[in-house]
Amino acid sequence: MIDWTILTDNWELYLEGIRNTVLASLLALVGSFVLGIVIAVFRIAPIRILNVIGAAYVEFFRNIPLLLVVYLFFLGLPVLGLVFNGFISGTLGLMIYTSSYIAEAIRAGIQAVPIGQKEAARASGLTYIQAMRHVVLPQALKIVIPPICNQFLNLVKNSSILGVVAGMDLMYFGDIVNADTYDTVSSYAFVSLFYLVLTIPLSLASRSLERRLARSG
Amino acid sequence: MARKRIGGLSFILATLLLILAACSNSGNGSGNSDNGAAQEGVLSEIKERGKLVAGVKFDTKLFGLKDPGTGEVEGFDIDIAKALAKKLFGDESKLELKEVTSQTRIPMLNNGEIDMIIATMTITEKRKEEVDFSDVYFKAGQSLLVKKGSPIKGLEDVTKDTKVLGVKGATSIKNIEDKVPGLKVQQYQNYQEAFTALKAGQGEVLTTDNAILYGMTKQDPNYELAGDIFTDEPYGIAMKKGEQALVNYVNDFLAELKSSGEYDSIYEQWIGEKPAAQ
Repeated sequence: MIDWTILTDNWELYLEGIRNTVLASLLALVGSFVLGIVIAVFRIAPIRILNVIGAAYVEFFRNIPLLLVVYLFFLGLPVLGLVFNGFISGTLGLMIYTSSYIAEAIRAGIQAVPIGQKEAARASGLTYIQAMRHVVLPQALKIVIPPICNQFLNLVKNSSILGVVAGMDLMYFGDIVNADTYDTVSSYAFVSLFYLVLTIPLSLASRSLERRLARSG
Repeated sequence: MARKRIGGLSFILATLLLILAACSNSGNGSGNSDNGAAQEGVLSEIKERGKLVAGVKFDTKLFGLKDPGTGEVEGFDIDIAKALAKKLFGDESKLELKEVTSQTRIPMLNNGEIDMIIATMTITEKRKEEVDFSDVYFKAGQSLLVKKGSPIKGLEDVTKDTKVLGVKGATSIKNIEDKVPGLKVQQYQNYQEAFTALKAGQGEVLTTDNAILYGMTKQDPNYELAGDIFTDEPYGIAMKKGEQALVNYVNDFLAELKSSGEYDSIYEQWIGEKPAAQ
């Protein structure tokens, strides 16, 4: 059923796809993590206007389809004269979309730390920033690692959105191999295989990280 | 199990073929051992029936598209069929349009459901083994769509660094990548997405068959075709094999249509520009 010559004949296409999927995932991963932290801080900071901005950001990007977020960059920005190609648009969209989920995970983690911890830290004379930095965030980290790892896994799979905007990723070349060979089952079987090669190590790493954190707690 | 089913199927098919053969024999009347009677064949059937039955597309912009509002089928191919009905009967309404797709058109022609196919059908050597074609009535081929005022005036202006857009799985991608070494076409899921990307400035050129591109220029007149076609996919009217009288009649009709200027006006109405000199 699986024709291995599809793989050997189109090896270069698949390889270019994997390269771009890995690159897009890494960029979006780092970007969404940093952005997610910033938005989470916005949401819980004791400043009303920042709360509103953070909440609006999260609710907007979390509640529209990823494809639309990508289209915002791919088709929307050109209206303002700013043209990003499919790879950049797709990666930016992926980053923004994932960051809203990560922000929520971090916010939930921080709020899961008992309020008494923060109050005690503030009562001992620490500033807000110091209390967060030394008391609340280290405890929150343990709680937020599992959901964030989940988001990273989703991010790698969601990167297939690049295929729709000619972002030259694994899915894009999978479509092309399928269109060239008419062997749909084999073409996409190899695409699945390559996604598994990328996601399973990530999955295992996150599990071992969780275990280590559980022990140290 | 599977073999049994195939066996059954081929038996049914063989029976059907026999019945068909018997029917068409009786249809041609007795004593058609000489080719004289057979030559008139479908043409005389059409004349006796008093109506032309043409297989056309119902889903193809500019060539044969059913308007969901009025239920009317309209397009370049339809107007050609109407003009032929007019030549046959002096009345363009003595015409029945039947929907065909690329898969159904040859079987429908061969089982006599339709008299001819006028449905964006490219003349190829392979198809000539199954049907007879008229002369070319539309010169289709791959072309380029650009924004008006683009510095790209034709294939010669396309370099390997030009941002060219196309659709996944289309033969047009391979054609242009062969003609411009090193070029990598950005490929989209369908023509609408590719055209949207072109309009958003994600590329400079969209390439596919000129017939599809003309449809896009109708959608947005800020875009135009650049240069001549660079592949040859001429459309012909297909008829049942061996109907020489009908083929001759249709070729005479096409020649008259062109010399009378009516062809040019049909062409201009649908395609939006004058046909290139033949």
